[in-house]
Order: sequence, then C-alpha cells, then structure tokens
Amino acid sequence: MIQLEAPFTEEKIRALKQGDEVEITGVLFTGRDAAHKYLHEGGALPDGMSLQDKIIYHCGPVVIKDEEGNWKVVAAGPTTSAREEPYQGDIIKQFGLRAVIGKGGMGERTLKACKEFGCVYLHAVGGAAQVLSTHIQRVKNVYFLEEFGSPEAMWELEVVKFPVLVTMDSHGHSLHKEILEASTNEFNRLVK
Amino acid sequence: MLMRNLDASLLELVRRTSAELPEDIKRVIDQSLQREKRGSVAWNTLSIIEKNIQLAKERSLPICQDTGTCLFYIDCPVGLDQIAFAQSDRAAIKEATVNGDLRQKSVYSLTGKNSGTNLGPGAPVFHFRQHASSELKVSLMLKGGGCENVGQQYSLPMESLQANRDLEGCRKVILDSVLKAQGRGCGPGVLGVCIGGDRATGYEHSKEQLLRKLDDTNPNPQLAEMEERILQEANQMGIGAMGYGGEVTLLGVKIGALNRLPASYFVSVSYMCWAFRRLGISLNDNGEIQSWLY
Repeated sequence: MIQLEAPFTEEKIRALKQGDEVEITGVLFTGRDAAHKYLHEGGALPDGMSLQDKIIYHCGPVVIKDEEGNWKVVAAGPTTSAREEPYQGDIIKQFGLRAVIGKGGMGERTLKACKEFGCVYLHAVGGAAQVLSTHIQRVKNVYFLEEFGSPEAMWELEVVKFPVLVTMDSHGHSLHKEILEASTNEFNRLVK
Repeated sequence: MLMRNLDASLLELVRRTSAELPEDIKRVIDQSLQREKRGSVAWNTLSIIEKNIQLAKERSLPICQDTGTCLFYIDCPVGLDQIAFAQSDRAAIKEATVNGDLRQKSVYSLTGKNSGTNLGPGAPVFHFRQHASSELKVSLMLKGGGCENVGQQYSLPMESLQANRDLEGCRKVILDSVLKAQGRGCGPGVLGVCIGGDRATGYEHSKEQLLRKLDDTNPNPQLAEMEERILQEANQMGIGAMGYGGEVTLLGVKIGALNRLPASYFVSVSYMCWAFRRLGISLNDNGEIQSWLY
C-alpha cells in the first residue's frame, strides 16, 4: 500500500503506476456536475481557494451540522466520473489538478491530460459510503454552497488514509482499457 | 381500516432494507472473498465492501448513499385496500427520508428539482399481486442508479453477435450485457433476466427475478442450467469487483421467461449492484411483523 501525503507534487504523482493501491492523507475537494460545468465555462475560484496540486473527488457527500454547529460528513461514496469527461481534461490543465477520484473510469481526453500535465485518476469503491466516510476527518471549508446546493458544492475535506486504486496513471496506462480488452477477448471466445 | 401497527412495521422495513443486506447476498459476497487471492486488489476491494456492509448495519446508516429507486412488491389477499396500503408505504418512505435512512434521490424529470421526500410521479414503484391466500407480504428493493444504468434490452436476432432466437442467442446477449457493464454497475453484481414479454413487462419481470434468493434453484431445468453456465462464463471474463479484474464478476444469475409475440423476441437484463438492498416482511392481522422473508 502506497501512502500519498500532501503536498501532492508532480514527482509523487508521476511515480504512481496503474494498479497501485494508494492511501491518501491530506485535503480533497469534492466536485461534481455543477462545479465541473462552472469551471469549464471559465468560472473563477473564490479568493483564497486554489486547486493547484490538489485533488478533486467526484462525490456529492451527505453533510450534516452537529449540535455544536460543526459540519459532519455522514456518507461520501464516489459518483460516476464519465459525466465529467467533457470537462475534466481542460480543468486538469487550467487549474493544475494532480488527481481525480471517482468511479467507473474516464475516457481518452482525461487520460491524455493526465499524461501531459502530470495527473492520475484514482478509483474509489462504489457504494462504500460508510467505509469512505470513516476516512474523512473533518470538513475544512465549503465553497459554492449557496450557488450549487449541498451535494454539488465544493467541500474541502481533510482525509486520512483514504483508500483508492490508481486506474489511470500519468504514463498513458488505463486499467479500464486493459480489463475491457481482456474481457472482450474472453467474451469473443465464449460466444464464438 | 388498515392494521394498527402497519406504519411502524413499514418504517422498520424501509430502515433495515437501506442499512442491511439480506443473508443470501452476504453469504455469496463472503464466498467471493474466499475465492480471490489474499492481498490482491480484488480481495482488498471485497474486504472494503464487507467492512462497509458491517459498518452500515452497526450504525444503522445507508449502505450506499444512492438510495435508488424504491420498489415495493406486495403479495396480498383479495380484498386488501390497495389505495390505503400504498398511502402507508408512501408515508413510510417519506418518514424514512426525514430520519436519514433514505437519501433524497427523487427528482422531477423536467426541472431536475428534488422532491426532498423520495415521493413523486412513479416514486415509489408499486407492484400489487393478489394471491389466493390470507397472507400479506411486502418486499422492498432499493436499486441504485449506477446499476440501473447498465441494464440492457436486446431484440433478437442480433446480427452483430450472431445471436438467434434461441437459448444460445440468449446466452450471447446476456454475456454481452456483462461485457458492456464492466465494473460500472458496482460489481460483483447479480443479473435478473427475462426472456420474452414485451418491452415493458420484459424489464419488469427481469427485476422480479432479483426477488429470488441467490441459492434457490430455477424450477425450469433449462433455465437452471443456463443460469449456472452464464454465472461461470461471466466469471471467466475476469472483470472482477468494481471492474478492477478478478475471479468474481457476478454473484448470481436469475432468469425467467414470459410469453412473447411471434414477431418479438426480447431479452431484458437488469443488473443489481453488490449493495443488493432487498428485504421483505410478512404481516399479521394487526400489521405487526410476523417474520422476515430474507
């Protein structure tokens, strides 16, 4: 198990290979459809917020306020990444992201941007909302809460040993492509 | 007048269905873990899945944050007031949503606005089935969007796969649905399949297959054999948990058949994720839970 700790640098990201199991400790920003569309259309980040060398997590977390008024994440599983494919490559380029976390994998444009700009796609286990929420230590901040609503807002989360798998690395390798090829070959044999 | 304790019983059904997997599914997930090599990516992934199942039950929190479509299947005696019963089911869904047992996952299609209650046109889904018995049974299935999106409906013959209108053709297209799904349905999953019917009843019946316990045996020997074979062949494809590669791509395959028109030959496939939330209760005359069905 590889430990990936903040600060996330290009060097650390380039060292990751497809198939590596990684535990992340540091800060993540959640972002899904509204955030990707907004950033892609040239929307600006609020003052003091930067995605440079940061991680975006395709997730609409369930966040509640406890009795003392602190935010608490109660469920935080990944959502399907493919919906962000039209935007992701450009956002990696423009904002200097180092990693994208989601589920289901992404396409050629994102893979190309990962290679060109030093970024990786990390896969979290779909549906594992409870296990993943135990790795979220606290909510550091939230952006665009008013504009996008709670699940679509960009939550800045502090995570500890958040478990993911590198399925698309910064060298052009995609586990999704490999498994698709291998399973297609076996399928062709089975239906021949 | 409906039974006195019905509301509490239905609420408990919804709460448990969201937080606990049925024993038949848990058993097969456990067996799958044993089949993967210790320490492999597939093994680690299934371990996270098992831990998640355990945590959700302990904390009584949703196993998956995608509440999904709420599907009620009600086997009822003749004479049950179905209008009132459906109203009680709706109330239970709404209350469970307020309690946090269900996430707010029902949106109006045209505006995208969330109803906030999981209620609305077509939500939840009801299937009332009258039977010639005094027993009243309610099953609930919560089916998430990721797995619903990878369902497929084929119309045979299908030239590209050389799939003809026979069981061999059915086998080909069912395996094709597994190939197309890859890990996107949050596998290892279960296939519910219907051969025949029309486009609507085909899908409906394919979902009903998911009400069968995983370890049952299909009463039709041809279909029983086909279920076994497809399960084995799908696992040979090596897609594995979450599509990371591995020995276990599917947990089970359940196939039913409906009559069709001579002109039509549909094969409908519903994919259910590992977070297979399906429980049921049998109610007594007071509306108390007499037994759990799974």
